[in-house]
Amino acid sequence: MKLYCLSSHPNKPCYILRFKEITIMLDCGLSAQTALNFIPLPLVPSSRLANLPSWLPRESVETQLEGELKECCGRVFVDSAPEFCPPLANMVDYSEIDVILISNYSSMLALPFITEGTGFKGVVYATEPTLQIGKLFLEELVEYLEQTPNKNQAKYWKEILHLLPPPLSDSFKPRSWRQLYTLGDVKNSLARIKVVGYDEKLDVYGALKVTAVSSGYCLGSSNWVIASDYEKVAYVSGSSTLTTHPRPMDQSVLKNSNVLILTGLTQTPTANPDTMLGELCMAVAMTLRANGSVLIPCYPSGVVYDLFECLSSHLDSLNLSTIPMFFISPVADMSLGYSNILAEWLSSNKQNKVYLPEEPFPHGYLVKTGRLKHYKRIYSDGFSTDFRQPCVVFCGHPSLRFGDAVHFIEQWGSNPLHTVIFTEPDFPHMDALAPFQPLAMKAVHCPIDTSLNFTQANKLIRELKPSTLVVPQAYTQPPPAHVHRSELVIDQESRYVISITRGEVVSLAVRRHSAKVNLDPVLADHILASEVRPGTSLATITAALHVKDNQHNIKELPEDPYVPKKRRLSKGDDTLKSLRYEWGALDVDVFVRKLKQEGINDVKIEPNGSGYIIHLEGADTVIQVEDRSTHIYSEASEVSLRLKLRSILMQCLNSF
Amino acid sequence: MLETETHEQIEQHKIITKWHQLITSVVISSAVECSSVDLSRKRELVRRNTDKIAIVRRILFEHIGGKNVMLDCGMHMGFNDERRFPDFSFITPEGPVTSFIDCVIISHFHLDHCGALPYLTEMVGYTGPIYMTHPTKAIAPILLEDMRKIAVEKKGEGNFFTSQMIKDCMKKVIAVTLHQSLMVDSQLEIKAYYAGHVLGAAMFKVTVGSQSIVYTGDYNMTPDRHLGAAWVDKCRPDVLITESTYATTIRDSKRCRERDFLKKVTECIDRGGKVLIPVFALGRAQELCILLDTHWERMNLKTPVYFAVGLTEKANNYYKMFITWTNQNIKKTFVQRNMFDFKHIKPFDKSYIDNPGSMVVLAPPGMLHAGLSLQIFKKWAPNENNMVIMPGFCVIGTVGHKILNGAKQVEFENRQVVDVKMSVEYMSFSAHADAKGIMQLIQYCEPKSVLLVHGEAVKMEFLRDKIKQEFNLECYMPANGETCNIPTPHKLSIDVSLGLLKAENVKYNNQPPNPKRSRVIHGVLVVKDSSMCIMDVDEACKEAGINRHIIRFTSTVKLEDPAPSYKTAEKLLKIFQEKLPGWNVTFADGAISVETVLIKVEGSEDELKSVYISWTNQDEELGTNVLEILQSIGQVS
Ligand SMILES: [Zn+2]
Repeated sequence: MKLYCLSSHPNKPCYILRFKEITIMLDCGLSAQTALNFIPLPLVPSSRLANLPSWLPRESVETQLEGELKECCGRVFVDSAPEFCPPLANMVDYSEIDVILISNYSSMLALPFITEGTGFKGVVYATEPTLQIGKLFLEELVEYLEQTPNKNQAKYWKEILHLLPPPLSDSFKPRSWRQLYTLGDVKNSLARIKVVGYDEKLDVYGALKVTAVSSGYCLGSSNWVIASDYEKVAYVSGSSTLTTHPRPMDQSVLKNSNVLILTGLTQTPTANPDTMLGELCMAVAMTLRANGSVLIPCYPSGVVYDLFECLSSHLDSLNLSTIPMFFISPVADMSLGYSNILAEWLSSNKQNKVYLPEEPFPHGYLVKTGRLKHYKRIYSDGFSTDFRQPCVVFCGHPSLRFGDAVHFIEQWGSNPLHTVIFTEPDFPHMDALAPFQPLAMKAVHCPIDTSLNFTQANKLIRELKPSTLVVPQAYTQPPPAHVHRSELVIDQESRYVISITRGEVVSLAVRRHSAKVNLDPVLADHILASEVRPGTSLATITAALHVKDNQHNIKELPEDPYVPKKRRLSKGDDTLKSLRYEWGALDVDVFVRKLKQEGINDVKIEPNGSGYIIHLEGADTVIQVEDRSTHIYSEASEVSLRLKLRSILMQCLNSF
Repeated sequence: MLETETHEQIEQHKIITKWHQLITSVVISSAVECSSVDLSRKRELVRRNTDKIAIVRRILFEHIGGKNVMLDCGMHMGFNDERRFPDFSFITPEGPVTSFIDCVIISHFHLDHCGALPYLTEMVGYTGPIYMTHPTKAIAPILLEDMRKIAVEKKGEGNFFTSQMIKDCMKKVIAVTLHQSLMVDSQLEIKAYYAGHVLGAAMFKVTVGSQSIVYTGDYNMTPDRHLGAAWVDKCRPDVLITESTYATTIRDSKRCRERDFLKKVTECIDRGGKVLIPVFALGRAQELCILLDTHWERMNLKTPVYFAVGLTEKANNYYKMFITWTNQNIKKTFVQRNMFDFKHIKPFDKSYIDNPGSMVVLAPPGMLHAGLSLQIFKKWAPNENNMVIMPGFCVIGTVGHKILNGAKQVEFENRQVVDVKMSVEYMSFSAHADAKGIMQLIQYCEPKSVLLVHGEAVKMEFLRDKIKQEFNLECYMPANGETCNIPTPHKLSIDVSLGLLKAENVKYNNQPPNPKRSRVIHGVLVVKDSSMCIMDVDEACKEAGINRHIIRFTSTVKLEDPAPSYKTAEKLLKIFQEKLPGWNVTFADGAISVETVLIKVEGSEDELKSVYISWTNQDEELGTNVLEILQSIGQVS
């Protein structure tokens, strides 16, 4: 068993597992952090961004670099269409992948890079919410980038990384970065997904059984169990033990696996989600009371549902019910609609509502009563007439490089009454804000990451008791921002832990001694076992082996059509069929008595080493008896005597 | 010396069916669970051989921990007394039901499938697990409450379950999702498949060890205006238990039936008549509403269409929230337009019954056995301009059944007699599989046998013959209270040592390909405690803690061949290679091996040679053959 790591970001994982000659890709996350190095794409041309000074390295005389780099408050940005870092392409040929398993909608954004134009022929498995919401994520991302294209195709900066200031100089293999796929790619790629339910056992070429189990992180999020008859691999990616809106995590089936691959822990290990939610509510209320507006950059699904719910009731309690909330995303309507029809994937609290029948999320009600208004874009019909301040705006993209959020930052940035609140943990908020500096509006950092923290993860590992644990290398040392917090690591004591990082391959040895076969009932019925000691029986078997779809079946041997009727030396099968094996020691006294009964009287026994030698007088035959063997030496002409001896000997020995 | 009895290697599924006419309440008891099968088989293997000579009678499998699964728990709509509930004493004459039944599975929310559930849990006292899909769990209590109200409040029946009992009962229900493999206990597994029919309807596969059944409940193999078609994977169950309500019908296309339906409705309202369509509040009603609403929109019709108050909105809310259970079309467009927001269908008020002019009313219940539809029927029946369209199957004893059979007068409990002058139409809108659909399902899941329930005997016989003819499958149709024993072959899964498999694989790959030759595995089956494993003979001895005793024979043949002994050996090698084609004949270290038989030549030049042949007892046949060949050479020369 081998595991390849294709992604450097533990929360946007991408692994390849080779197991029983099957190649499985585990997730295909896309890190959008590379986009932070690029100039934002404003909806309406921004003179501020357009007039940012060009940047050139002092030593350089490269004229080709002209216009590729711009500077804003000491940071250098690439003025080009944003690029993304897809999973490492040269480790495994994508056309060899049999199956892709997707854990949740946030770890599938590289799917079109993997499946389109690569010769990929496999199947992709994901739950229905992962497919539906993942589709929204992919479509939103593509639409953001296509609506505000940047015609520049900067590439020379990648050649002179060493001359650039950080963080640009730290870019990881920027030559492998790629521009985003098209809507067509997204459509074709998603068409390859086969929808699965939780606890549905999927057969992979008869060799493996694959099952998705609830991971509690977001709608439809799953962990995977990959099992052969003897081995079990658990892949845990993006899990949560907190009670929010998704179905709770199912841990029982993950227990006692041979290998546990654990990734997708919280990106903000020092922030408590509940505290952050409280701080967010307070920051919103303070801003609104001061007549300012709030921008919350967000993804189109996920924690944003909980924010609608909590914030609306918080504002109600403060008599701020008249403040409108705007949710702006090309897929806002779909997201709100879908979330309310996925009852089976929700926490039992929310699930019970549909039995009433009431919508599981209150946002349907908030929309009906006009508290929450949603639009595809800010230039959509009705937005300009409905829009009033103060208000709370939820919109993408959390990187602040594209999407309508760019517009609000540009509009509100110079006003200290307004606040931008960062909740999505994917992007460091100061990096996100860098191209908009200097900024007068307040920036509040309330990351809400419900994924497992280190304490929860270590507890989970103790309960799951895997034989081997595989974690991203980043989890074996404290995060760079908290180097002294030694508790922010995965516990490596008392357990075999393998760490893995992008570009690495690790072998995961799983010892196995046997395989499963199906025993045909007709054959089973003809098997006669000999009890060799109480509770243990043996039976010699010779049977036909049928191998199909990696399944072994054994049946009775057919009559060999090649054996002619007249007796002939047949090769193998028929002789094997009646074969028995002798065991145990020979009782020489019994043997001799039997010889005499059969008329062989003239017997001379003499001890020889650990055994005996028996001479048959009158015949040129010697029998050498040892503890574990009996050897009969005879003249070829004495056939009948030899056969007689054989028969007597076999009567005296046990066999199976 | 050793004899083996010839007998069928079968396990038995014991299937008991018990229902009052159309109530499906089949109890399946698979006689043996997995582990006890293995154990008893081992015991049998052992026992036979300790008593080597005598023929050991096959030990019949005891009913150790057999699993009993109750499939649906319906009530009969045609009875008003205790006969409406299934007779649970039939399945367990003495003792509580809970210890007898391992779990209850409800296929869908129709009362003939779930109507007796509160009775079972709250009055009979069953406390074990109950499974149904999420939509069924949501909708079933509403229909149960509705039925309870009609029975208790309108008909004044006693000994019926209460509202609280329905609530308590539903709290015990475990909701399942499609295709989820759910372990009821360590051996009993259930899995739901989409069944069409009504929102949330499911078929269930029940697996115990290597034995399995698929129970269909009601299902529909053709997608309709709001639901998709039933589907099941090639799971090859031992028994497929299928409903056969429309066993002989091969229905015409859905489009034709819809056109026909709309034509009849239009004709009636054109002559100023009133159209009554008795429906279940949930299910077919939504399909008909979509049909009428789109037609009214397209034709710009003004005649009012009503649907019974209350249930409409609630029902449609369920359809909205469980939209993932409807068909692809509705699912795709629901964000833009919710199919269940009807433009032309208004809530009905009882005062409208006597309104003049034409109208169309959809009212529950569907079989005209009680409630609003019956009330309207009594008023409208005497007018020949009016029309009643029965869009589904009606159980014997109901008013619906009577008028469909041409009754011109219907008498009620209070001696009230109603003349039926209105036209009575029957439209098969019930989403049940027809004969074609049933055959299709058999094709999908490839069962080893089929059991028909829920249909009329004559029609079922026709279908049974068809199934036997087309699929060559055993087909059962047990009568009420009859027990059906279905033999199923039993599969044993055992271990085999990887070393043995690999050695076989190497050997197989070294042979020239011959598709007619079967791959052969030779080893020793070790039965120890609760495990069974085939391994190589030496491994097996080690595992069992015994020593092999090797019997070896060495015979000498004198050969006259005046040549160096290695020359003699070379000659012999050629002879063996010629005489034993296909056998592995090699020469190394001065000795010839024919497979594992060793041949060695001794003696100096010009002398008589001694040829030693040595083989183990297991190679007796080959060894004797080699010996014979050598002896024949000796005689010739
Ligand atoms: Zn039904």
